[in-house]
Amino acid sequence: MPDPAIEIENLTKEYPFGFLHLKKKTSLEGLSMQVETGEVFGFIGPNGAGKSTTIKLLMRLIFPTAGSARILGKPISDVEMHRDIGYLPEQPYFYDYLTAAELLDYFARFHDLTAADRKDRVERLLKKVGLETARKIQLRKYSKGMLQRVGLAQAILHDPKVVILDEPMSGLDPVGRREVRDIILELKRDGKTVMFSTHILSDAEMLCDRVGVIVGGKLRGVGAPGTLVDMKTQGMEILFELRGTSNSPLLSKATRTGDRYQLQVAEEELYAAIEQLRGAGARILSVAQVKATLEEFFMNLVEEDRAQASAVEVSGK
Amino acid sequence: MKRAGVVAWNTFREAVRDRVLYNLVFFALLMMAAAVAVGQISIGIEQTVIVSLGLSAISAIGLLISVFLGVALVSKEMDKRTLYALLAKPVRRWEFLLGKFGGLVLTLAVNTAAMAAGLLLVMIYVKHTLERSDAAVLVAVYFILLKLALIVALALLFSCFTTPLLAILFTVGLYIVGLYVQELRNLPVQVMSPAMLAFTKWLSYVLPNFENYNVMAMAAHGRAVPGALILQNSLYTVVYCAIVLTAAAAVFSRRNLK
Repeated sequence: MPDPAIEIENLTKEYPFGFLHLKKKTSLEGLSMQVETGEVFGFIGPNGAGKSTTIKLLMRLIFPTAGSARILGKPISDVEMHRDIGYLPEQPYFYDYLTAAELLDYFARFHDLTAADRKDRVERLLKKVGLETARKIQLRKYSKGMLQRVGLAQAILHDPKVVILDEPMSGLDPVGRREVRDIILELKRDGKTVMFSTHILSDAEMLCDRVGVIVGGKLRGVGAPGTLVDMKTQGMEILFELRGTSNSPLLSKATRTGDRYQLQVAEEELYAAIEQLRGAGARILSVAQVKATLEEFFMNLVEEDRAQASAVEVSGK
Repeated sequence: MKRAGVVAWNTFREAVRDRVLYNLVFFALLMMAAAVAVGQISIGIEQTVIVSLGLSAISAIGLLISVFLGVALVSKEMDKRTLYALLAKPVRRWEFLLGKFGGLVLTLAVNTAAMAAGLLLVMIYVKHTLERSDAAVLVAVYFILLKLALIVALALLFSCFTTPLLAILFTVGLYIVGLYVQELRNLPVQVMSPAMLAFTKWLSYVLPNFENYNVMAMAAHGRAVPGALILQNSLYTVVYCAIVLTAAAAVFSRRNLK
């Protein structure tokens, strides 16, 4: 098995605040995880959870209070490591006096590419992100979505092995989001490792081999979207039809729509419930496993975190 | 170093596209007005008036650009977050700083050279000739450029650890103090304690000496500037800028971006 593309060990980031900077706010607390080579890893969490902080730490835009990280086996302090990494910042903003082609050419110069190679790659990437007709327009005239596309182009311009994208779908219309998804899948097909942060869970479910859920600066779960959700899967749903009335106590727990009822029961109570319903004259239409969505899993964590935070606040008072 | 060069060229391109060089139009108008006026009001001292006015304008315009753009070099990039994508490339933070410094100094060099050419043209218009002694004007322009480079380095340093407004105040403050370094060195000994004397002496050597760059009077009167002073100022600027930029790089390399 190849070495992990990204290894993060006990990464912690605290920000001092207050008049004398004596108080500290923890943005990230002891984050340890790995992103395997060739996988698409989604980093999901609500706003302010620590996703961007983690990515900025990996990119050395900010420095950790504790912990370490390695990308492609090299410590993140090694600048040469950036030859193999592509990065799209959150809500990217670029030199607005440049055109898209000039910006990409400028960034390509840091990768020691020849003039011919630079020209070729710039053309190819602009076409890939759908900006070939806007290539000579200064970026100050670009929309947010167009800037996002330029950002994506500059992140993959030098054919990096690892691509780290901070909220790549942000600001994009449905067509743009679809295009970004296609690019991420194409990167995966080419054997690249992609780590991207998002709070759009459907994107993560659709694209990711694994996701990491971060809430309140702490990693709350890592795994394939399916397995993460399965851990929380509970209950069975029975859909049945019942004409007339019945005294069955189960009916009071069911949701009624006309003659149809929807009832959720624990897995071990399924057969007893079916027997009881049939005895009451109900016609069973379907039985299905209740699968919690990633969203529910995520929301539960957020709720837990909020409850904990308010408990701390109350005890503090 | 190549990567610093790439940043420098882009910084120059930014200045050109943001119309920084438009100040040359103002300078040209000023010098044209001066050329017309000087013939009428200052018979016999045309050269002195034209050179003094021209060098003062070159210095003042350069000061404004070096302080304001010098402070904005890094702070604007941090503020607008244009720096994020750049620092994710294989470029070290000190290379970025050096590039930004080099780009603005290149801008100032082009700007100053264009203004110097304008000044020489006005001198030819007024005197109908150029003499060997007029070379002092070029030396004075060179000294102005050295001074501006040092100001850019200081502005860059301050902008690495404080807000743009404070960085401007610190830079301007240090420039003003630097104009009086000689006076600080020659404070009357009788009124000071030995400790105070040692401190002011030390301070006078640590603070940037901007006084040495001023040879305007020599240039205005066509007196040659000693070669030793040219060498001394050149070396002084290189060494002082290197120290200031090293300090800026040390601060910036540890700075958390927003």
